[in-house]
Amino acid sequence: MIVDIAARKRLARRKRADRIFQTLCFFAASIGVLILVLFLYKILVDGMGRLSLTFIRSSLSSRPGKTGIWPAIAGSAYVMALTTAIAVPTGIAAAIYLEEFNTRKSRLSEFIQLNIANLAGVPSIVYGMLGLAVFVRWLSFRESVLSGALTMSLLILPMVIIVTQEALRAVPKGYRDGSLALGSTYWQAIFHQVLPSAAPGIFTGIILSISRAIGETAPLIVVGAAAYVAGAPQRVSDHYTVLPIKIFDWAGDAKEGFNQVAATAILVLMIALLVLNSAAIYLRARSRLRR
Amino acid sequence: MSLKLSTSARYRRTFGIRGVSEAVVKWICFLCALVSVLTTIGIITVLISQSIPFFQEVSPAEFFSGTVWQPTPEPGKFGILPLIVGTLIITVGAGLFAVPLGLLSAIFLSEYAPLKLRNFLKPTLELLAGIPTVVYGYFGLFFVTPLLRHVLPQIQSSNALSGAIVVGIMILPLVSSLCEDAISAVPRALREGAYGLGATKMEVTTKIVVPGALSGIMASFILALSRALGETMAVTLAAGSNPTLAFNPAKAIETMTAYIVSTSKGDAGVGTVRYNSIFAVGITLFGFTMVMNLVATRLVKKFRQVYS
Repeated sequence: MIVDIAARKRLARRKRADRIFQTLCFFAASIGVLILVLFLYKILVDGMGRLSLTFIRSSLSSRPGKTGIWPAIAGSAYVMALTTAIAVPTGIAAAIYLEEFNTRKSRLSEFIQLNIANLAGVPSIVYGMLGLAVFVRWLSFRESVLSGALTMSLLILPMVIIVTQEALRAVPKGYRDGSLALGSTYWQAIFHQVLPSAAPGIFTGIILSISRAIGETAPLIVVGAAAYVAGAPQRVSDHYTVLPIKIFDWAGDAKEGFNQVAATAILVLMIALLVLNSAAIYLRARSRLRR
Repeated sequence: MSLKLSTSARYRRTFGIRGVSEAVVKWICFLCALVSVLTTIGIITVLISQSIPFFQEVSPAEFFSGTVWQPTPEPGKFGILPLIVGTLIITVGAGLFAVPLGLLSAIFLSEYAPLKLRNFLKPTLELLAGIPTVVYGYFGLFFVTPLLRHVLPQIQSSNALSGAIVVGIMILPLVSSLCEDAISAVPRALREGAYGLGATKMEVTTKIVVPGALSGIMASFILALSRALGETMAVTLAAGSNPTLAFNPAKAIETMTAYIVSTSKGDAGVGTVRYNSIFAVGITLFGFTMVMNLVATRLVKKFRQVYS
């Protein structure tokens, strides 16, 4: 072996550079975790003090010491339930068309596919402007729960379609062939074989889409969700507010004490998101067990 | 397998009522798929038709080259440059924060991290992506700004710097996961070849993997920046609503999205110039994001052809 001092030194330098680079990458990756921890700590410290059943059940008030959050929780739940009822069937049907009825990939379905991918990149506030012009003004649904839910449906539709397509694609081809060989029609094969076995994947994806929508604020402000309402909405034509809008309103309020209330509202929202996401993880784990 | 539905006369004779209902179901599914196309048409139609009344009052030349944005009092001044500059400050600032960090953490996750650490870090980063944007706004206002005040005592409570930082945090998981996808698409054989020549891991990463995944990495940067451009709630809270052309990161600015939000929750009467201006701003924003998304899709397509 040739002892080349210069080469050894070079090698040592290269190895040192490698270690430094590795440490650098490690720190970059841990910054995300660190920020998340700081985030949760900050919200807990600011918000825990006000969190109580009374806060959750009371109505809104302009005094930070007295206000509750019930109308916003009810509004969020109402808008989301309606959004789910509109977007989920539409999205699943659209995905079935693109994946099952159109496997030859016509030019039209390719165009629709491209279009869905583009829609997923449109800023959410633009959907709000669409909703404002079409639902609020043109169809005169006014600033109602219905306008909000329709706007949100258009917003999450691309996501619902994409996740459903992925779930459908994961179903083995044999399921369709077997069903068809036994004499079923195409729709029977889809409805009785393909959809049930894709269901856990579809549900997981839908829950994730909804948890994205719950935190969406901008489009609902544009379609006229109010910052203050007297009570929980009763009908689809009622005025409403939602949790993230109250958070926005309170966080921007200079009055002493409102930032704590905003933190408490964030806690409520995060707990709701946590429950939804746990449900998604549970569904995914259960469907893995069954296979 | 082709599940194409035949609705021919012979098919219907064979399957009777079943054949007809099959066709009906197919049509319903087709109509649902068409909703997405209608949404696109709707967005474009609404943005154009609603901004026509605005452009009758304010000429496009004045709108796109004006340097003063002052919607009130009537008749206001509508030069969009301050809003565009505000938006770009946030986007570029967020990119400066998220692009290097995101790329390095993607490299760590795909090249260096042991499996167990990776299985912990990846879901945690995904959690960060699931936090609603309005919460980021709160965080900017009540955590980042007070922190910055230690360094810059004269900083305003809403300021461009804190807005850029929280938007950067927000797009960090996006950059990281898209970069990781691009990096893991680089064939293993390329790495093995370099290792065989005696390269260290850092050399393999910086000279083989990253250049090999470059178009995918660029695409992920552009997609993340386009997300930052359209981001609304975090910047409205953290960066403020003060349209100026000042390049001072300690001062409040206003982005296009923040203007749309603050105007639509305000008291602008339907049909006034100020009310119509949100659509003109909206179409500008839409144009910006569309161009960025198109460039990114191009890059991804090019990148796929290289290795498949």
